[in-house]
Amino acid sequence: MTRYVRRFSRTERALHWANAIGFFVLLATGLILYLPSLAVLVGRRPLIQDVHFWSGVGWVSMLLLIAVGGDRRGLVRLAREVDRFDADDVRWLRGRRPAPQGRLNAGQKLNVALTAAFTSLFFLSGLLLWLGERDTRLRFASTVLLHDGLMYVALVLLVGHLYLAIIHPATRHALRGITVGTVDEDWAARHHPKWRPE
Amino acid sequence: MSASSPETPKRIGRGVFLATVAGGVSSLLWAKPVWDRVSHALSPVESLVPLVPSGGWRIYTVSGSLPRFDERTWRLRIDGAVRQPVEYTYRQLLALPKVEQVSTFHCVTGWTVENVHWGGVRLHDVLAAAAPQPTAHALQFESLEKPYVDSLTLEQASPKDVMLAYEMDGRPLSRAHGAPLRLVIPEMYGYKNVKWLARITLVPRALDGYWEQLGYDRDAWVGRSNGYGT
Repeated sequence: MTRYVRRFSRTERALHWANAIGFFVLLATGLILYLPSLAVLVGRRPLIQDVHFWSGVGWVSMLLLIAVGGDRRGLVRLAREVDRFDADDVRWLRGRRPAPQGRLNAGQKLNVALTAAFTSLFFLSGLLLWLGERDTRLRFASTVLLHDGLMYVALVLLVGHLYLAIIHPATRHALRGITVGTVDEDWAARHHPKWRPE
Repeated sequence: MSASSPETPKRIGRGVFLATVAGGVSSLLWAKPVWDRVSHALSPVESLVPLVPSGGWRIYTVSGSLPRFDERTWRLRIDGAVRQPVEYTYRQLLALPKVEQVSTFHCVTGWTVENVHWGGVRLHDVLAAAAPQPTAHALQFESLEKPYVDSLTLEQASPKDVMLAYEMDGRPLSRAHGAPLRLVIPEMYGYKNVKWLARITLVPRALDGYWEQLGYDRDAWVGRSNGYGT
């Protein structure tokens, strides 16, 4: 019989899905604003702009609310886990094997750090775009390029993430961990041997 | 922690986060000049393989839907302080002496499209036909997209390359770009380049346009207005 072990806490999963839903809503409305063909097809620019802006505010507020109202100690542990790369993590990044991994492998740690940075930068540049329409002192010619550039890089990261989470046979079991929280004990032992589930 | 010696882990995650945020924030200072240089260097191939969708254009509108051009009903009307109000049909407009030019389009939000090929008529040829009166000192442009209006003083409208364009990059102006006719004044930011143009009224003095009412500059010179280069 398969035994399952808990990999992600409720707070971690809530953060993941709030981030995912927010990202997709912002991506969809953002592309309508950005791509001329979609802009013409959909029209209603002022409405889409409002939806995009307030979704962005809602996205970040939701993440903060979950963080503040959730398992804060767990998040501090997560931050420490993401920060620290041991010798095997470094070997793993260099493509050397064997490089036994903990609960999060080195790539996943990088992904967490980058996602957090991107969310911050998306929010900052989006806010500057909005404020810049209202106050010249906050208007920078590069803001829109930063916002667009983040979108392009985030899309590449997203495609890789979706591939590993849904398609790649060795890793797609992890999807279970981020949805219901638990993963197969044997899978965990193979892919994350240094992890000692509680 | 089997046989390996107890080693201190490297603090990489925080470094990656901070470096990414710092790089992003600092790009507010360098992204535009760097991008302009890159896209300028690549401009020979950019017409074949656009670096970004639709060659960098974004379609900004202020109302719920984009005006639709109907050749049977569309007119360009020139009135106000003129001796002879004039109305052009689309065909009449195409029959006027055609000018073409290549100019760069700058949006006040920071994006730029280089080497746009415009075809159309000189604004001043069209105005001259209506014989403006001496009391006229400004032009008021009315778009089919309500409530978009904009003004230029005659002095602001004096650069030689100001035109009314009905062609872009060799094709009739598309709906997204203001079909059938838009103002092109390359010296000024895009919000002065009124799309879906339907009426020009000569008036004694310039009134604030749509974006000017929202705080944007009347003297919308590229690179020296709206908080840039000043």
